[in-house]
Amino acid sequence: MTDLIKYTAADTAAAIASGQVSAVEVAQAHLDRIDAVDKKVNAFLHVDTEGALAAARAVDAKRAKGEELGPLAGVPLALKDVFTTQGIPTTCGSKILEGWVPPYDATLTSRLKDAGVVILGKTNMDEFAMGSSTENSAYGVTGNPWDLSRIPGGSGGGSAAALAAYEAPLAIGTDTGGSIRQPGAVTGTVGVKPTYGSVSRYGLIAFSSSLDQGGPCARTVLDAALLHEAIAGHDPLDSTSIDAPVPAVVAAAKLRDVRGMRIGVVKEFAGEGYQAGVMQRFNESVELLRELGAEVVEVSCPSFTLALPAYYLIAPSEASSNLARFDAMRYGLRVGDDGTRSAEDVTALTREAGFGPEVKRRIILGTYALSSGYYDAYYGSAQKVRTLISRDFDAAFAGVDVLISPTTPTTAFPIGERADDPMAMYLADLCTIPSNLAGNAAMSLPCGLAPEDNLPVGLQIIAPAMADDRLYRVGGAVEAALNDKWGHPLLEEAPAL
Amino acid sequence: MNLVSYDDALASYDPVMGLEVHVELGTKTKMFCGCSTTLGAEPNSQTCPTCLGLPGSLPVVNAIGVESAVKIGLALNCEIAEWCRFARKNYFYPDMPKNFQTSQYDEPIAFNGYLDVQLEDGEIFRVEIERAHMEEDTGKSSHIGGATGRIHGASHSLLDYNRAGIPLIEIVTKPIEGAGVRAPEVAKAYVAELRELIKALGVSEARMDKGQMRCDVNLSLRPHGREKFGTRSETKNVNSLRSVERAARYEIMRHATVLDDGGTIVQETRHFHEEDGSTTAGRIKDNAEDYRYFPEPDLVPIAPARAWVEELRAALPELPRVRRARLQGEWGLSDKDMQSVLNAGAVQPILETIAAGAPADQARKWWMGELARRSNETGTDLSEQPITPAQVARVCALVAEGKLNDKLARQVIEGVLAGEGEPDEVVAKRGLAVVSDDSALGAAVDQAIAENAAIADKIRDGKVAAVGALVGAVMKTTRGQADAARVKDLILERLAAEGQ
Amino acid sequence: MPGITREEVAHLARLSRLELQAEELDHFAEQLDVIIGAVARVSEVAGQDVPPTSHPLPLTNVMRADEVRPSLTPEQALSGAPAAEEQRFRVPQILGED
Ligand SMILES: [Mg+2]
Ligand SMILES: [Zn+2]
Repeated sequence: MTDLIKYTAADTAAAIASGQVSAVEVAQAHLDRIDAVDKKVNAFLHVDTEGALAAARAVDAKRAKGEELGPLAGVPLALKDVFTTQGIPTTCGSKILEGWVPPYDATLTSRLKDAGVVILGKTNMDEFAMGSSTENSAYGVTGNPWDLSRIPGGSGGGSAAALAAYEAPLAIGTDTGGSIRQPGAVTGTVGVKPTYGSVSRYGLIAFSSSLDQGGPCARTVLDAALLHEAIAGHDPLDSTSIDAPVPAVVAAAKLRDVRGMRIGVVKEFAGEGYQAGVMQRFNESVELLRELGAEVVEVSCPSFTLALPAYYLIAPSEASSNLARFDAMRYGLRVGDDGTRSAEDVTALTREAGFGPEVKRRIILGTYALSSGYYDAYYGSAQKVRTLISRDFDAAFAGVDVLISPTTPTTAFPIGERADDPMAMYLADLCTIPSNLAGNAAMSLPCGLAPEDNLPVGLQIIAPAMADDRLYRVGGAVEAALNDKWGHPLLEEAPAL
Repeated sequence: MNLVSYDDALASYDPVMGLEVHVELGTKTKMFCGCSTTLGAEPNSQTCPTCLGLPGSLPVVNAIGVESAVKIGLALNCEIAEWCRFARKNYFYPDMPKNFQTSQYDEPIAFNGYLDVQLEDGEIFRVEIERAHMEEDTGKSSHIGGATGRIHGASHSLLDYNRAGIPLIEIVTKPIEGAGVRAPEVAKAYVAELRELIKALGVSEARMDKGQMRCDVNLSLRPHGREKFGTRSETKNVNSLRSVERAARYEIMRHATVLDDGGTIVQETRHFHEEDGSTTAGRIKDNAEDYRYFPEPDLVPIAPARAWVEELRAALPELPRVRRARLQGEWGLSDKDMQSVLNAGAVQPILETIAAGAPADQARKWWMGELARRSNETGTDLSEQPITPAQVARVCALVAEGKLNDKLARQVIEGVLAGEGEPDEVVAKRGLAVVSDDSALGAAVDQAIAENAAIADKIRDGKVAAVGALVGAVMKTTRGQADAARVKDLILERLAAEGQ
Repeated sequence: MPGITREEVAHLARLSRLELQAEELDHFAEQLDVIIGAVARVSEVAGQDVPPTSHPLPLTNVMRADEVRPSLTPEQALSGAPAAEEQRFRVPQILGED
C-alpha cells in the first residue's frame, strides 16, 4: 500500500473512517517512507515512531468502538520543531535547546492530539525560525525534494519538504515573515498564514511575538483548510488570541468558484529582482482568474516598499528580548561551568556556543534598534511603517476582495548561494512580509514551474484579517483549474526520490 | 569614615528624597499565570511554563492584579490611565526567568497623585506620587558556599522560582523637597502611611518583615538655595520603618561628608545594614544600563472603563487618615494620646477589643499600658503579642462583673501571655477570683481590726478616712484577692455595730 | 544614517550576553553596517504624524480570573535544569548585586 503516502489528508481520513485502511497502516506507511527518504531530505529532526503508532492505534480503537472520528483522525502530520511537545524533544533548530524535552504541550499540539492527528515527528527549520532557507538549522540543511541541492525555503523548510517528499500529507509551520508561504512556494505545496491571533501561540517558541503565526501546510487547498479548522480558534492561554468564530474555510475550499470576486494585483511586487519564469506563471494565473470569472484590477500599496526594512527592525528587536531566556540557567545547553566562572560568563559563553550566526546577528541588530539612543529612529519608525502598511491594505481591501502576487521573487536557489549574504537572503520574503506586519491572512499555492529551471512557483493570495475563507475560495478554484489543465497535481512532476 | 553630624549636614544642605515602594499583592495567583502565591511552599512547587519562562510560554494578566492597582491608584489620589500597556524591561539576571521583567514603563496605570502623611507633631506633609505601576516579582536565590548566604564568596547559587511572577505594584514618589531636617521622619511616616493604606484596601498584608513591602530610598543633597538636584544614591531594599528613617539619615550624613570634602557623589545603588544603620556601595549605574524597554507584544493594552473606575472609587474603604480622625473623636483622645496609640500600632488591637465587647477606655488602657510595655521590652509588634483582642475583652468583662480587680486582671493577662490558656482558665488555675463572700472575708476583717486597734479606734471616733489602712491590711492577708469595696463596707459595719 | 562600528557591536554583544570571537566581531560589524544602512530607510517616516502600531490586533483588556491552575510538579519544573540541588536550580556564582 505504498500509495497511501500519496493520498490527500481528506482521502486518508475518509479511508480510515470507512475502515478501508487502518490508522496504524497509514502511520506505518509514512514511517517507512521517512525511513526510506529522509536521510536524503533531512526534513525531520526527530521521528516519534512509538508515539505515532500509539496515536494511530488509539484512532483505530476509537473506530472499533464505533465512536465518531474527527475529519482528520488518523492522518499523519509533520510538526515544525518550534512547537512544544510534552515528552518529545523540541529544539527549534538550535543547539542551545539540544536535548530539551518540554514538560508541556503547545495548545496547537494538544488540539492536533485531540483531533486524532498522528504526529510523526518534529521537522527541521532555520534556528529559531530565522531564515528563508533552513540552512540556519544547527542540525543540517534540508533538501528541496524537487532538487536536493536547492533550499526548501525557510524557516519551515522541513515541514514543506516533508510534504513534497510524501513523508506526511499534512504539516505545521509558523509564519513570521513568510516562513510558511515561501517554503510552500519553492516546494510546490500549499501554505497558509492565518490571520494573526487566530491560531494560538501558546507553546510556539517565540521569534517575533507580534508577527509569529502558526498555520497549516498541505499538498492541497482542501487539506490545508481541514487542518486550519483543527488548529484555529480562541485560546485563553494566549492574550493575543481572537475570541471569534473561525471563518468557514473548509466550505470555502470546496466552493471552487470565483465568479464575481474582485481581485487586486499588487503593483509593487514586480520588476527588478523578479525571475522571468516566476512572473510568467504569475501573469498566467492572473489570466486564469479572469477566465474563471473574477474581476482583476491593479492596486498600488506604496508603503509596501518599506515593509522589508520595517520587518528587519521589528522582528530582530522582539527576538533579542524573546531569546534572552536562553541563558543556561534553567534548561538547555550550559557551556563553561567549570566551577570558577560566574553565571554571567557562563551565560555569555553558552549563548556564543549555542546560537548560530544568523541568530546572533539578529540579536545584535535588535538590541541596537531598541537601544535608548536609536529607539525612535529605528523601532519607533518601523512601528509607524506598520501603520502605513495597514492603511494600504485597508485602502486596497475597500476595492477588492483579495490581493494577489508572486509568493517569492525567485524559485528555490541553490544551497549555499546566499548563506553569507543576509541582504540577498532577506529578499526571499519581500512579498510575504506585509501581511505579517498588518496581521492579515495569506496563502501560497503552486501555480506552475518556472520554464527556465523547472522549479515550482508560488501564487500568493492575501485576504483581510478574519476573512481567511477568501484565501481558500480563490485557492481552491485556482488549484482545481490548474490540475484540470495539467491533468494531475503539480507535485507529480517532481523527480522521484 | 568619620561622618559629618546630622545637624551640621542640614545646616549646609537640603535633602531631596525619592521613595520607591514595591508591594506584593495578596492575589491568589501570580500576575501572569495561574500559579498559587501561597508563602512557604516547597521550592519550585508553584511554577509553570509561564513563570519559569519556558520556551513557548505566554502571559495572561490577572484581573485582580489590575483591580488592586486601580484601587491603590485611587487611594493615592492618582489619575487612572484610560489606556496603558505593559512593557518589557530587558536585563539579564538569573532570578528573572525570561531575562526581562514584564513591567510598565511610560504608560503606568496610575499617575499624578499624592499622599498626606502626619508627622509626630501632628503636622501634615504632602508627598506627591509620580506613578503606581504593575509588574512582577523575581525568583529567590540562595547563595551557597560563602559567608552567611552572601553573594560574595559564594561558590554557586540555588534558585527557587515560586516567587517569580507574583504581582507587584511599584509606587514612586515625585522628588520630596522641603522636608529639611525632618526628611528621614517624612520617609518613615510616608512608608507607614502607605502600609496602612494598602492594608485598609485589603490588597496586601504589606508585611515588611515578610518582604511583602520593600522600600528603596533615593537621596541627594543640594546646598541651600540651589535649584538643581545633586547626584542621588539609591539605597535598595530597606525593609522596616525604622530602617527607612535610619537609611535616609545615614545617607544625608554620608553625602554631606563627601560633599564637604570636595568630593562628588557617585550614582550607585547602596545596601543598608541593619546592624549599624550604615550603607555600603553596590553596583555603579553606568551607561551600560540600557533596559531597552518596548511594549510587551504578548499582552494587549489595559483600558480601565471609566464606569468601572468610578465603581471602585465609590467602594474604597475609609482611608487610614480619615479613619484615625474619626476614632480619635470616638475615643475622646487628645492629639498626643492618639499619636501614642498610633506609634504603638495599637489602633487595630483596640478596635478589635472594642468589637469583642470591651469599653473603649478599658481596651485602650490594656493595650497601651501593660501590653505596649511588653511589646517595647521584647521588641515585637503589638499585634504579635500572644494574646488576642477577644481575650483582652474577656478580662475587661471579668473586671466589669466584679470578678477581677485591676491587680488580678493584670495577673490574668500575664497568665494568658505565658500560655496558660484562656482568661477564665487562668483565673481558675491561679485561683485569682475576687473574694467577696462575707464569711470568707469576716475572719480577715476581724484579724485586721484586732491587729490595728489604734486605727480601729480612730474610725470608731468618726475618722472614717482611716479605713483605707485596714482595707490594705485585709488585702495583704488575702493576697489581693479580696473585693476591696466589700471589705470596706464590712469594716465599717463591724465598727459601727460595736459602737452602738 | 550613521553606520555601526566594531566597538558598538562589541558593546551590543555584551548587552545581549554574547561572548563573540574577534573574527565574528569584524564580520558582524561589516554585515550589520550593510543591514542597518538598508533598514535605516524606515526613518523616512520618522517625522510623519503617524501613530505607531505595536500590535496588529485592536484588542484590549484580555484578562484572566484570579483562580489557581495546576502548576508543574517540581520534578517537571526542574526536568530541563543543567544542574539542580535541593529541588532548586543550581547556577554558577552570581555577580553584580549585593
Ligand atoms: Mg520596578
Ligand atoms: Zn506559573
